[in-house]
Amino acid sequence: MKPNRGKEAHPQVLLVEDSPGDIRLTREAFRDANESVYLHVATDGVDAMTFLKHEGTHLHSPRPDLILLDLNLPKMDGRQVLAHIKADDSLKMIPTIILTTSDAEADVAYSYKLQANCYLKKPVQLEAFESLVKSINDFWLMKATLPQQKQTT
Amino acid sequence: MSAVQHDGPVIEVLLVEDSPGDVRLTKEAFREANGAIRLHVAADGVEAMAFLRREGVHADAPRPDLILLDLNLPKMDGREVLAHIKEDAGLKTIPTVILTTSEAEADILKSYQLQANCYLTKPVQLEAFETVVKSINDFWLTKVKLPQPLPGTVEENS
Repeated sequence: MKPNRGKEAHPQVLLVEDSPGDIRLTREAFRDANESVYLHVATDGVDAMTFLKHEGTHLHSPRPDLILLDLNLPKMDGRQVLAHIKADDSLKMIPTIILTTSDAEADVAYSYKLQANCYLKKPVQLEAFESLVKSINDFWLMKATLPQQKQTT
Repeated sequence: MSAVQHDGPVIEVLLVEDSPGDVRLTKEAFREANGAIRLHVAADGVEAMAFLRREGVHADAPRPDLILLDLNLPKMDGREVLAHIKEDAGLKTIPTVILTTSEAEADILKSYQLQANCYLTKPVQLEAFETVVKSINDFWLTKVKLPQPLPGTVEENS
């Protein structure tokens, strides 16, 4: 039994992102890096929490292996989403990566304080963005050992 | 100071590891990957906490930018060290990567529950081990934005 879901099967990644352009770029970059990834998208913080709690239209949502979380989001912002995830005993072990354009020191410090697993600044350059998504795949889905899925759905 | 002179900012990494062989391999792999890294070693959990709290002989220890923590350690084990780090408001922001031979599901889950930043299984094969160390450098020390040391903490004089 291999503990790392990403090295096999279909890693489930939840992207919480409101910019349609960034969603598309992330999707394309993942497709290039690892076509077995299932990318789910939540476009605001409330939608993300519903997805994670399998509520409403997300009753049958899978439990993500990895969460990519933007900080500046409509309805509920990413800092709040992160706080909710890390305060919830059943969600806190899902690696949650901050992926944002902000490089404000306050955002970085606050995210680590809330126990974000890591903080990545979204590069503006297209190629650098693609290479960052690839490095997320290579490290988190190929090298890191992720916690096992629990019996969900 | 045993560190090789390097221009530019130094990256302080604390390796908590009791196996002299693994310490040596990690040191060599980092040296090849990134000359800016200064690798500090604590050989057991008690020493790791003394280093992080700058106690005793570690009074002048720098604050690490990254911690690599083995789970099975003498004196105080890695799970306990991790719990102490993540309970301490001043230390919990330091990314702590578990690097261990254990593949036990209980260890993986417990580590993520305690908010380890990530869990890596130490490969037995030498080349694979070097690749893992290189990937720590490539991701954590190259791509990731690490927290700045808090103002008022002792800093390296590079």
